[in-house]
Amino acid sequence: MSTSVLYDAPGPRTRRITLIASIIAGAGVLAGLWWVIHRLDSRGQFDDVMWQPFTNSGIQHTILVGVGATVKAAALAIVLAVALGALLAFGRLSEHRLLRIPSAVIVETARAIPLLLLMLALFLAFPRSLGAFGALVLGLTLYNGAVLAEVFRAGINSVPRGQSEAAHALGLRKYQTMTLILLPQGIRAMLPALVSQCVVTLKDTALGYIITYPELLSSGKAIFNTYFNIIPTTLVIAAIYIVLNTSLSGLATLLQRRFVERGPRRVTAVAGPAGTLGAPAEVGLDATM
Amino acid sequence: VHVIIDNRGTILHGFGQTLELTLVAGLVAAVLGLLLALLRISPLPPLRWIGTGYVTIVRNTPLTLVFLIVVHGLPELGLRGSFFTRAVIALSVYTASFVCEAVRAGILTVPPGQAEAARALGMTFGQNIRLVVLPQALRAVVPPLTSVLIALLKNTAIAEAFGLTEATGVLDGLVRDHADALLPVFLAIAAGYVLLTFVISGLARLIESRTVLSR
Repeated sequence: MSTSVLYDAPGPRTRRITLIASIIAGAGVLAGLWWVIHRLDSRGQFDDVMWQPFTNSGIQHTILVGVGATVKAAALAIVLAVALGALLAFGRLSEHRLLRIPSAVIVETARAIPLLLLMLALFLAFPRSLGAFGALVLGLTLYNGAVLAEVFRAGINSVPRGQSEAAHALGLRKYQTMTLILLPQGIRAMLPALVSQCVVTLKDTALGYIITYPELLSSGKAIFNTYFNIIPTTLVIAAIYIVLNTSLSGLATLLQRRFVERGPRRVTAVAGPAGTLGAPAEVGLDATM
Repeated sequence: VHVIIDNRGTILHGFGQTLELTLVAGLVAAVLGLLLALLRISPLPPLRWIGTGYVTIVRNTPLTLVFLIVVHGLPELGLRGSFFTRAVIALSVYTASFVCEAVRAGILTVPPGQAEAARALGMTFGQNIRLVVLPQALRAVVPPLTSVLIALLKNTAIAEAFGLTEATGVLDGLVRDHADALLPVFLAIAAGYVLLTFVISGLARLIESRTVLSR
């Protein structure tokens, strides 16, 4: 992480220059921010009327309902996408062409077209049976399932070949090799990408706003259509999304520190056959995701 | 299928808009993202904070919300512009944070010995970055930047909800008139996006092979 190799440790003169330049840069940014705030203020964006609604418990309830709907859609989509991603990844890794080719086609197309196009088409095709919620969740599932399939595949492929060869030599079946040997070790490589994909999913639920699913952003629309305070409302909603997503990424960093960075050391510590003994504990990790 | 043939002009025009948005926003985002990456590795702490703050805020905000804020916020600041300009601004503001992270990750792949050697030769921070670190980092940056560009191509679809009839907007419009033609229209437009994606990744592979040869 350290980029300090790019410059020498500062001497007294450089420290002075750094301090002055920092103050100038900071002042420049503050001036820019001040200009924005001043413009918004002169347009009455900071008047009490604009912000009053957020102290109203009814409005707070509307926002909470929106957060709930967003989290609900994201959680359901993530669970389904992990399942679909696993299926597609196994399909692509399969030795049977009949499984491999269709899986590859689904993965490559679902990743190459805009999620919004997919959702719109689903919503327009099945307005009754799917509805906005179904179109949103199904669209998110298809897209993220395809992305996760590649993440899973890369994770499985990152396990050294010797591992699966050894498993076959020991007489394990393909299924056993996958679940007992490859998955437990591959998960470590998948975890960071998996959790950052969760953040992407949470953000993409905002597309529900366009296909009229009442999630957080739509709650915001209901508020600013009533009070005509679009700038304050969008800022509040943005703050909520940022808090939601940074807590999710925080969780990712925590998990990574807990399982990924510590993982390999443990494997080398219990080298040899004991490495497979560690597996059940890490399959447990999969269950807690 | 005749719906597609009858409306091929509309569809092509939609993809023209999509491409135009992608190229213009891509250029602006590349410049802005490079600047942000330089801010994030600069020796001045406040500049680093600005870079980090920008990336944290923008990366965690849904693009639809960025669009809402830009489309409605710019006029409040007294800056007027067409829908196209505002869509470009929204897309570049959002994409720049991803460009920044790709470039920064590329800079971190340059072996520290390179920067140390440059410093030992008496180069300043600016010379070090410009002559030694960036040229080597840019090679490592081609694949992640390609993903960012493809993501941008797909993200231009969101401009559809804010009054631009690019490719996804064409689907929305055509299906209103020809409700029964949803599947062929969807397939045609999806095929267009897949084709554009292939073109971008093909070009990227070409650039990659060239840069690897020159090493």
